[in-house]
Amino acid sequence: MKLFSEIGRFVMMILSLFTKPERFSMYWKETMRQMVNIGIGSLIIVGIVSTFVGGVTAVQFSNQIMGLELIPMWWLGYIVRDSMILELAPTITGLLLAGKIGSNISSELGSMRISEQIDALEIMGVNTPAYLIGPKVIAGIFVMPILVTIAVALGIFGGGMAGVVGHYYSAQEYMRGNQDMFVPRFAYIMLFKAAVFGFIICSVSAFYGYNVKGGALAIGEASTKSVVNSCILIIIANFIIASLLLS
Amino acid sequence: MIEIIDVRKSFGQQEVLKGISTVFESGQCNLIIGRSGSGKTVFLKCIVGLYTPDSGSISFDGRDVIGMDRKSKQDLRKEIGMLFQGNALFDSMTVFENVQFPLDMLSYMSLEEKRERVAFCLKRVNLTGAEKKYPAEISGGMMKRVGIARAIVMNPKYLFCDEPNSGLDPKTAILIDDLIKEITVEYNMTTIVNTHDMNSVMGIGDKVVYLSNGLKSWEGSKNEIMNTENEDLYDFIFASDFLKGLQKAATGRK
Repeated sequence: MKLFSEIGRFVMMILSLFTKPERFSMYWKETMRQMVNIGIGSLIIVGIVSTFVGGVTAVQFSNQIMGLELIPMWWLGYIVRDSMILELAPTITGLLLAGKIGSNISSELGSMRISEQIDALEIMGVNTPAYLIGPKVIAGIFVMPILVTIAVALGIFGGGMAGVVGHYYSAQEYMRGNQDMFVPRFAYIMLFKAAVFGFIICSVSAFYGYNVKGGALAIGEASTKSVVNSCILIIIANFIIASLLLS
Repeated sequence: MIEIIDVRKSFGQQEVLKGISTVFESGQCNLIIGRSGSGKTVFLKCIVGLYTPDSGSISFDGRDVIGMDRKSKQDLRKEIGMLFQGNALFDSMTVFENVQFPLDMLSYMSLEEKRERVAFCLKRVNLTGAEKKYPAEISGGMMKRVGIARAIVMNPKYLFCDEPNSGLDPKTAILIDDLIKEITVEYNMTTIVNTHDMNSVMGIGDKVVYLSNGLKSWEGSKNEIMNTENEDLYDFIFASDFLKGLQKAATGRK
């Protein structure tokens, strides 16, 4: 019953975002600020993780197919590329950012709630869900695909470095694999997944942060809930998107 | 003028407001006093619309807020300024930006006009020179004054202050009270102050409403409060034996 109540309140919150802004320039400014926070603020961690994920993928696959005459080593470029595009970059970046951005958003909004800053905005006549949550959700939807694209590029780079340095294949072989059998639809699926994950992370964490009641302990609980539920929803959404768009 | 008729509010099984009716006149400092847990803050939040009462009516110069649609409520809120107990300043903004925020969000002023208005309000609360500081870098009294400047920047008709003296030393508390009183008279605002500070009552209370256990137990002026026959209010005012002794010595009351 509590689950249905939460889903209902979540849907109501999302619907309340679709209102005319009091001052468009302020919403625009806030959206840009959120894009910088989410995008620039996450570049380093996304870059490091995706480079190593690409490297690990290359090394593990190389070890598995090494010596198998049927699969040429230049296929590693193709395997790393498609693994990164279809699964690893969107999912790992999503889970990573659910922790980093999700906890940040929920604790920021939770602190604002407890220190009465949200009440102060309400008293001024500001539509607080639209102003505080809307820009975050829009930023998440637009920035996440950019981050995932960067993650794919760095993952492929990491795979190449690991394979070449580890003498599994040459740079030319890897490049050949990268360029072979490319399906543009996979890239579109990746971008779509990333946008959905961005929406999930920002809206779920904002929901828990915005509705905090109590004190510091409640902020911590909201932060934990937002990360856990965002991760679960990302995994479920990943499966649904893959099932619908790849079948 | 704010008219309140039989306002009730419960949270679950607990009835916090049990039917309060009163009128707050414009150009006056109206004080709501009472012990902690008497329902003062809930009452104030019902009046400003942060809580919706279960029943009763609250009208701002004839406009009933309880049945109001969201748009009308937002329009009314542009006429309201509020000073929060914890100040509720935006941490990431400077003092100047905090005061300018309502203008940025809700007014059609040019940048130059906004700056002039903010500078005027900061000067009015004696905060010239602190414009570039962040809330974390200023004292509690200064934070209150920033809160007041932000509350009056939109030139509101109604000013609400929730425990404006909490956490302040007696001298600074008097300065904040005087500032609230001056602003109320200057702009002919309807001001409602939530407090349990008797210095405030005697200093600025044109009208005083005493709440006890969610009910209006007494109302009157600051001149009448000292001679009250209401035992509960008497106990609240003269909470210490020392003060009770002084009162008894002065009035001969037993």
